[in-house]
Amino acid sequence: MKASVIVFPGSNCDRDAAVALEAALGKAPTMVWHGDAELPQSDLIVLPGGFSYGDYLRSGAMAAHSPVMREVVARAKAGTPVLGICNGFQVLTESGLLPGVLMRNASLRFICKDVMLKVERNDTLFARHYAEGEVVRIPIAHKDGAYFADEDTLDRLEGENRVASVIARRAARRRRQNPNGSRRNIAGIYNETGTVLGLMPHPERLADAALSGTDGAKMFTSLVETLH
Amino acid sequence: MSGAAGAARKAQGLSDELIAEHGLSPEEYTLLLKELGREPSLTELGIFSVMWSEHCSYKSSRVWLKRLPTTGPQVIMGPGENAGVVDLGDGQAAVFKMESHNHPSTSSPIRGPATGVGGIMRDVFTMGARPVANMNALRFGSAEHAKTRHLVAGVVSGIGDYGNCMGVPTVGGETNFDARYNDNILVNAMCVGLVDANRIFTSAAKGVGLPVVYVGSKTGRDGIHGATMASAEFDEASEEKRPTVQVATPSTEKLLLEACLELMAEDAIVGIQDMGAAGLTSSSVEMADKGGRRIELDLDHVPMREDGMTAYEMLLSESQERMLMVLKPGAEPIAQRIFEKWALDFAVIGHTTDTGHMVVRHNGVVEADIPLPALAHAAPIYERPWVTRPKLPMIAPEDVTAPDSILGALECLMGSPHLASRRWIYEQYDHMVMADTVQRPGGDAAVVRVHGTRKGLAISCDVTPRYCAADPQEGAKQAIAECWRNLTATGAVPLAITDCMNFGNPQRPEIMGEFVGAVEGMREACTALDFPVVSGNVSLYNETMGGAIPPTPAIGGVGLIADIADMATVALKQDGDLLLLLGAEAGHLGQSTYMQVMMDRLEGAPPPVDLGAERRTGDMVRALIKAGAVSSVHDVSDGGVLVAIAEMALAGDRGVALEPAAGGLPAHASWFGEDQARYVVAASPGKADAIHKAAAVAEVPVRVLGTVGGDAIALHGETPLPLLALKTAHEDWLPRFMAHG
Repeated sequence: MKASVIVFPGSNCDRDAAVALEAALGKAPTMVWHGDAELPQSDLIVLPGGFSYGDYLRSGAMAAHSPVMREVVARAKAGTPVLGICNGFQVLTESGLLPGVLMRNASLRFICKDVMLKVERNDTLFARHYAEGEVVRIPIAHKDGAYFADEDTLDRLEGENRVASVIARRAARRRRQNPNGSRRNIAGIYNETGTVLGLMPHPERLADAALSGTDGAKMFTSLVETLH
Repeated sequence: MSGAAGAARKAQGLSDELIAEHGLSPEEYTLLLKELGREPSLTELGIFSVMWSEHCSYKSSRVWLKRLPTTGPQVIMGPGENAGVVDLGDGQAAVFKMESHNHPSTSSPIRGPATGVGGIMRDVFTMGARPVANMNALRFGSAEHAKTRHLVAGVVSGIGDYGNCMGVPTVGGETNFDARYNDNILVNAMCVGLVDANRIFTSAAKGVGLPVVYVGSKTGRDGIHGATMASAEFDEASEEKRPTVQVATPSTEKLLLEACLELMAEDAIVGIQDMGAAGLTSSSVEMADKGGRRIELDLDHVPMREDGMTAYEMLLSESQERMLMVLKPGAEPIAQRIFEKWALDFAVIGHTTDTGHMVVRHNGVVEADIPLPALAHAAPIYERPWVTRPKLPMIAPEDVTAPDSILGALECLMGSPHLASRRWIYEQYDHMVMADTVQRPGGDAAVVRVHGTRKGLAISCDVTPRYCAADPQEGAKQAIAECWRNLTATGAVPLAITDCMNFGNPQRPEIMGEFVGAVEGMREACTALDFPVVSGNVSLYNETMGGAIPPTPAIGGVGLIADIADMATVALKQDGDLLLLLGAEAGHLGQSTYMQVMMDRLEGAPPPVDLGAERRTGDMVRALIKAGAVSSVHDVSDGGVLVAIAEMALAGDRGVALEPAAGGLPAHASWFGEDQARYVVAASPGKADAIHKAAAVAEVPVRVLGTVGGDAIALHGETPLPLLALKTAHEDWLPRFMAHG
């Protein structure tokens, strides 16, 4: 399996994604500079977290128009799996590969903390090592993480089983704590074919036993096993 | 003032007012004339003004700072470079420094802290190190003060926005609320980086005829005279100085970081220096002077953000995210390629010479021609008069009123502004990016893994301002001791510190006396604990209309854990574990948080620091951690033993059943006394013997405090305090305060 991690000016979780991929894959992914119109043959493309171009316009809006994204969009449409984490998710919505938009958190503040997520489906190449409905602990770190789409789109996403994960209740009887004001508690969504995943939480940050949790690791092992 | 100087000045049109506005005293101006041998041009006056400012020259503090220990087998580079460097073994080194951005943060509570964070990170990556952790030490006015909420919100968002965008985790820090900071808040930022010990870059520009290269952002009018502002007290007119605060663009700094590290991997750089305080002036003087060579700059080539700037403005601008470097001959193309790849400005703006002078041209005119030693070494050094103030009396525990209930007092303390959880702050900082944060904010020290290894760097920022205000020397000693203890409590071997010395106006003898006392306390503690100072910063004139801040020598310490598998944390982990107090109890309540919260006053001497006991107890605790004898460890500081226990309980979500307090002391003195050199540890009962034996050898007293278990803090004779109630008190104060209380 060959994985590519796209590096935009201002990406800052590119190394973290590469480390998590390498741990699962046994070899390092290719780091691809955003200015390169050439994208190597890839079985998986990762758009990492960070602040591409400083995110001054709208998060991800500038990166969506960088040279490499034309090729990423073409490959995604041809079926190459694409994983966008945090700023990567924002780039995916801005480039039209996923519907909706990521808005400023309801608190208007940056939030970095672990959240409990419910894995809504496990029949995708990203999630096969999770159980359906499994509740996992994954950190978030964003200022613009409130997923928004119109009601029809939200209904369609839910109806087509394209919601990847939602903020879960911490315990059965406790109130759900939506940290950012996401519509319908959405933390991640798929495209129609389930091959493009946008996710606000950072699975690569809890994919190592030394880091107080490994719930994120299963995403990378799922990918490696599926795409082998 | 001499008549001759006055006459010549008139010829140049430099009025007394203009000279005074540049922060130069009449005596200093006379010295300037002697060094230069003639009248300065306005541009030259500006250059001297910043280079001889307190901020750049350390003219009031230098004679005292020399007394601090700065060496040790672990020290690779001590003070004098952009940051200090310590050895981590295996060819790796940690580069770190703390710096103040107090004056800008008081003027502009978002941009001030942001540019402070940007500046300290540049200091670290200028040396070739990748920043891996940030911390900050913040002092705000009292929670009741009208501006405090607004300042907290601004400072935290400014720090967060910068560090978050850089992708460098902000892993912790400390925050105080105290009315004595109402008009002068303190923002001290620390950065720690990692570098290969044989790839450290310095500013020395050795060689003649080498290209001097400007990279990074363009130059604008922001921050002109920031260093001079940071060397004066605030008055009503300071509100008008707002334009001197620089603009922060963290996304550019991220590019600058990556571009610099990419170029540093090539064999291209002779010397490199970031443009911080006093911008192009101080960076070029620094490089030329350290290299023993001189420098010639042509300002026509400086990348500009706005038109029509004069040489004066260009030399004094503190526009951020800029670097100056001297390249090897012929290295310009590779450097240019890398900086253009990262979409940053790149310009050759001069070359090194052997003329002995700093020569600056603009539009074909020589704007400045100054012998370098006059700028770098001729700044006046002051041994300012100082007085020590009388020691405050020790307060006997019996003389401090007991609370109605111990656990009720605990709940009050844990929910007070002084001890309430700082979660609202640290959750706005990305503290996990880089995926090496193995101990997150909230413990004794944060720990980041040395990437790709099993080693961990423990980092902690500490000072207790109320102790320093009561006794600067003992308080400074305590700051060093607490930092050393916090690192030790994670299992780390403390290596070295950086300091950020925040004081009032040094021209007042009582303030200078505070400074002298603090340096002496630091000297004693650093020496006794083998904990040298490798970098630091002095911020004076933190006063508004005659009201000075408490002396605040903030200490940032770094320690090394050989294997993070051996790291200790504060969280209780196992029901049935014994809780033990290691260290002697005297029930010291003078200047305690108990007194502050329960009695609304602060009196008496702060707790004395026995450095021998610190050393013995800490070395023993570290050995117990390494041997796996303890399951959790917490140092005892603000609020005393019971607060330490409560924090361990909350972190582990486990209750405790406590034994009665120590015999011979009033219960509240035993539970809330702030005696130093103490730790609370939890251990399985099977390890108790080993701990008692080790303590006997080290001559450290041990007391069994209780047993881990249940979902409350239980104390004989009192209604148990449920963890949920304790947690609510502890977690709710800051969010409630920030949401308009």
